[in-house]
Amino acid sequence: MAGAKKKSKTTKSGAKRGAKPAASHEILETYYREMLRIRRFEEKAGQMYGMGLIGGFCHLYIGQEAVVTGLQHALEPGDSVITGYRCHAHMLAAGADPRAIMAELAGRAGGVSKGKGGSMHMFIPEGGFYGGHGIVGAQAPLGAGFGFANKYRGNDRVSVTFFGDGAANQGQVFEAFNMAALWKLPVIFVIENNQYAMGTSIARSTANKELCQRGEAFGIRGQQVDGMDVLAVNAATEKAVAQCRADEGPVLLEMMTYRYRGHSMSDPAKYRTREEVSKVRQERDPIEHVRDLLVEAGFADDDSLREVDKAVKAEINDAADFAQNNLPPAADELFTDITVSA
Amino acid sequence: MAELTVREALRDAMAEEMRRDGDVFLMGEEVAEYQGAYKVSQGLLEEFGARRVIDTPITEAGFAGIGIGAAMAGLKPIVEFMTFNFAMQAIDQIVNSAAKTNYMSGGLVSVPIVFRGPNGAASRVAAQHSQCYASWYAHIPGLKVIAPYSASDAKGLLKAAIRDPNPVIFLENEILYGQSFEVSDSVDHIVPIGSANVVRPGRDATIATFSLMVGKALEAAEALAGEGIDVEVIDLRSIRPLDMDTILTSVQKTNRLITVEEGWSTAGIGAEISATVMERAFDFLDAPVKRVGGSDVPLPYAANLEKLALPQAETIADAARQLCSSN
Repeated sequence: MAGAKKKSKTTKSGAKRGAKPAASHEILETYYREMLRIRRFEEKAGQMYGMGLIGGFCHLYIGQEAVVTGLQHALEPGDSVITGYRCHAHMLAAGADPRAIMAELAGRAGGVSKGKGGSMHMFIPEGGFYGGHGIVGAQAPLGAGFGFANKYRGNDRVSVTFFGDGAANQGQVFEAFNMAALWKLPVIFVIENNQYAMGTSIARSTANKELCQRGEAFGIRGQQVDGMDVLAVNAATEKAVAQCRADEGPVLLEMMTYRYRGHSMSDPAKYRTREEVSKVRQERDPIEHVRDLLVEAGFADDDSLREVDKAVKAEINDAADFAQNNLPPAADELFTDITVSA
Repeated sequence: MAELTVREALRDAMAEEMRRDGDVFLMGEEVAEYQGAYKVSQGLLEEFGARRVIDTPITEAGFAGIGIGAAMAGLKPIVEFMTFNFAMQAIDQIVNSAAKTNYMSGGLVSVPIVFRGPNGAASRVAAQHSQCYASWYAHIPGLKVIAPYSASDAKGLLKAAIRDPNPVIFLENEILYGQSFEVSDSVDHIVPIGSANVVRPGRDATIATFSLMVGKALEAAEALAGEGIDVEVIDLRSIRPLDMDTILTSVQKTNRLITVEEGWSTAGIGAEISATVMERAFDFLDAPVKRVGGSDVPLPYAANLEKLALPQAETIADAARQLCSSN
């Protein structure tokens, strides 16, 4: 996506200004800024990949911003989040410094993982985010393990365990469901259903496409959520968090979302039509949605939003500059962090 | 000192560490109410309760992953596999999630966990229940791999493994569970990971081996002594890190080396030791290193074939005789 589109003052829904706002000015503006920040970060990462500054695999989150943003706002300190390799946005949501994330993507010493993890392996324990895992579905038992630890310690913290529609077919996901339900672990399993497991559409991979039903055999309640609507995501997560904190066992949320880019930077996404992608962008874009809500409520106008855009862009450009100017890890880092000294 | 079986020593190690540290817990198939498929966790449920001694469903990838997640969250799980043959279901979690995360996170997320259970052949349980995984796990940076022989080492090394802040693979042996050894009574009896032990000094040749094969090597050494061949036997105890210094010191004295392992020789622990000795002590060798290992076949069920496939004291003694007759 190129720079910010010029918006007319009339919103898509045609609603008049001054209608009862869907959320407070502060909340809506926060969502807008945070989602835009993710999008601009990912666009910049895509550019840097194109320039050869980022190597290997690089999976962008563009289109899915509402999921992690709405979800994170339902969490509290001490709760944990874990996901697969499409994790840059989760890092941003958990409070990581965009400079350190971008430097990690560029394989630099100032990266969050000292340049040793890259796009797929980033962590910020103080923000409750534990990666950043490259084997599809493997994070499901790991996330259940965080839930286990909370239960063991007798606290009321929750573990949010993200995975995609592709991972939903991995056997160990069901193993995790079973034990999470058996032991009533405080785990929110979040399926980010972006409709495609790499190039395989859900219709071609999955016998029952209603992934929210995947937990039913284990007694795990599931709910399908509009993952393009940050408010819906937040509301559903608030409910799920409350259930977990009340020791009622795991919950499954299926976030219906869409990624605009290919699976990774090397994927031209020829398995779907341009029309399909542009239809989602035009009709369901999560950032435009909140922008509309802000304008409808009279909380913002083109000028004020332009200021937000400018500030976000400046922050992301600064992160990119930092990454490019940061040095690669020193050679002696090769042999550090293999094991922890006793 | 007390006379303990390896089984009791392992149980005592877990119990002592669980008393010492509330973050240590045991999970696995049949570890609680059944008291362990091989009775290694006898009495632990009674002492520590179901919160800390946890029966899992038969779901190795799942509970290995849950253990690793709990370790990332700061607990210190002991995950028992009914045998390491079943851990192949979980090896992705062990290798990709446990071993690599500290490095991939630049040291931000560590995984203090012990995976333990019997490894290698037992008796007449055929190919899918009899494999030795020492070389598989020894291949992986980020893991520590232990394979004790005596009850004393089993206890001291398991305690060290539980206290270690890294993922540790603890390879036990079903046949050894019932064998008795002298064990220190002290709760501070810790055997450091990464140190081998010369269990029998000798001057003519060195046998480097681990786990059940230490006993076979000692048996072979007895027989050889009667023939005037004086072999030194090294119990490696740790496979990764491997105590090459002890092996090299011994080879510099005996100038001959035999490696013995129950697993296949191809890409095995003996191959690794042999290559390192060649690199670091080539000039001290009076003869090429000899490897004794399991026959290069899936382990057969028939008693006679099984015996033929696994290294026996006599096989080891024969290798020593050949080695000591060459110049």
